[in-house]
Order: sequence, then C-alpha cells, then structure tokens
Amino acid sequence: MMSIAVAHGHDAHVIGLEDAAHEGPAPKRIITGFGFWIFLLSDIVMFSCFFAAFAVLSGQTAGGPSGAELFNLRNVAIETAFLLLSSFACGMASIAAEVRSHLWFYMAMAVTCLLGLGFLTIEFREFADLVARGAGPSRSAFLSAFFALVGCHGLHVSAGILWLLTMMAQVFAKGFRADILRRFLCFALFWHALDIIWVAVFSVVYLLGSAA
Amino acid sequence: MSDSHGVPQQADLAPGDQEAVSVKIRVLGYLVGLGLAVLLTATSFFIAGTDLVWQPSIPVAIIVLAIAQMGVHLVFFLHITTGPDNANNVLALAFGLLIVFLVIGGSLWIMANLNERMMPMDQIMQMQR
Repeated sequence: MMSIAVAHGHDAHVIGLEDAAHEGPAPKRIITGFGFWIFLLSDIVMFSCFFAAFAVLSGQTAGGPSGAELFNLRNVAIETAFLLLSSFACGMASIAAEVRSHLWFYMAMAVTCLLGLGFLTIEFREFADLVARGAGPSRSAFLSAFFALVGCHGLHVSAGILWLLTMMAQVFAKGFRADILRRFLCFALFWHALDIIWVAVFSVVYLLGSAA
Repeated sequence: MSDSHGVPQQADLAPGDQEAVSVKIRVLGYLVGLGLAVLLTATSFFIAGTDLVWQPSIPVAIIVLAIAQMGVHLVFFLHITTGPDNANNVLALAFGLLIVFLVIGGSLWIMANLNERMMPMDQIMQMQR
C-alpha cells in the first residue's frame, strides 16, 4: 500500500508504475487495430488446423500422384514473388495514407491489386490444370487436404482484393477520414498476414512436398 | 523520463502502426524487410532443388527458413516489435502461437503414434476375409 501511495505522488517513474498512470480508454485506432489483430490470430489458428490436416494426410495418396509429381516450382516461385511484392506495395500504400498523398495511395493500391490478381490467376490455372489431369480434390486424401488448404488461402486473397477495391473507393469518396484510416489499417494487417500464411504454404506444401 | 509526470504518456501502439519516424526511414524499413524476405525465399527455393547439401537436412532447413521469414514479415511489415508499447500485441501473438503449436504438434504426434500402433494394411485385409 505504501508504494502505491508514493506512486500517486510525483515520482511514479521511479518505481516503474508509469503504465498504471494511463487515464481513460485507449484511442479508437488502438482498440480497432488490437481487435483486428485478435481476429487475424484466430484466422491463423484456423489455418493451423488446415496445416495439421495437410501434414497428417500428405502421404496418403491412395495410389494417386504425389506432390513431387504434380507441383511446378517455377509457378510457385512466381506466385511467391507476386504476393511478396504486393505486400510491399501495400506497405507503400500505408505510408501514402499516413502522409495523405492521394496519388501515391491510388498507385500503390493499384499495384497491390494487380499483383494480387496475378497471384490468383496463376493459382486458378494451377488448380484447373490439376483437375484436368485427374488430380482433383476427390482423387486422394492428400489432394483433398491440398485443395482445402491452398484454396482457403486463395479465398482469403480474393476477399482481400474485394476489400482493397472497397478501400480505394472509400478513400476516393470520403478522403482520409479517421474512420477510413482505421479500416485501411485493418486491411493492411490482413494483407500482410496473408503473405505470412503463404510463406508457410509454399514451404510446407510445395517445397517439402517436392523435396520428400 | 523525469518530466513524464503530468505530460500525456506515450500510449500503446496499434498493431501495424509504427513510432513516429520520417517517411524516408519508413520506406527504408519496408525495403529492408523486402530484401530479407527475398533472400530467405530464394535460399528456400534453392535448397529445395539442390544436391549440394546433405539431403536429410533439407526439410529442417526449409522449416527454419520459413519461420525466419515469418519473423521478418512480422517485424518489418506488421511492425510487431518487442517495444514496451507493443506488449499487448506481442502477448496476443504469443498466445496464438501457443495454440498453433498445440494444434499442429499435437496432431502430428497423435497421428504418428496411431499409425505406428495400427496393424499393417495387408493384415487387416486378411482378417476381413
């Protein structure tokens, strides 16, 4: 009790109680960002279930083709480059939003969008090619897990692109208002998190799949 | 720090937000992150296809490189750092990682154990005859 009484005096920092000296609720930007961060982490936990399923089933090819026979690593490298560069462009859009530069914001967001669409195109063609070769999701447990995991990531990227276009329209219509900037903070977190998940996908699914 | 009392304290940071630094330094931060990520990705792809290294070490190397790259993304793109104003974000991340580890590690462990204890498939077929 004694030390708390001292903290209310004039040297709170001496006994390290500065954090207790906050007054009132945190700013809305922090609450929104933290809440969305919690959502992203639960999304990552959901992905971890798909990863666990894939890791358990990756050997169960039921006499069908294995990853080493199916995967085209050159395509995967291009997909990886597209997504990484679009993550970088999204970072540039964050900076542009912070300095309130409309031109740079639209340019960075357009680049982010195009790279994301390029990623989706390559992925869609890969899926169509696999199905055409008789290696669709119903062929084996391995392929079911593969399509579920990679397809789930692809769905997230598609949703992210819709969100990206919405953000561009909102900035166009309403400008860099505080609430729009909060939404954009969440979008940027989402887009970067998708790239993190893709790192796990290309390492575990494609590289380990074709090495083993 | 001695004049911190009475002055509004530096509040926490939202995840994704950075301390106030100039645009130049922020762009540089993203460029460093991009460079490191490209380096790690290229190493991963190179190791997966090469005969130069001891083959059994390849899966471990790929996993380690992937974890390193996720760290690079977290720090340079999402700005989740170990600073005191980031404590809430890091704690949430740590809890998320614990669950991820339990789900993936636990599934692999249990399923490997089951596989080991299961009768070989041809013997099961024999019994069903």
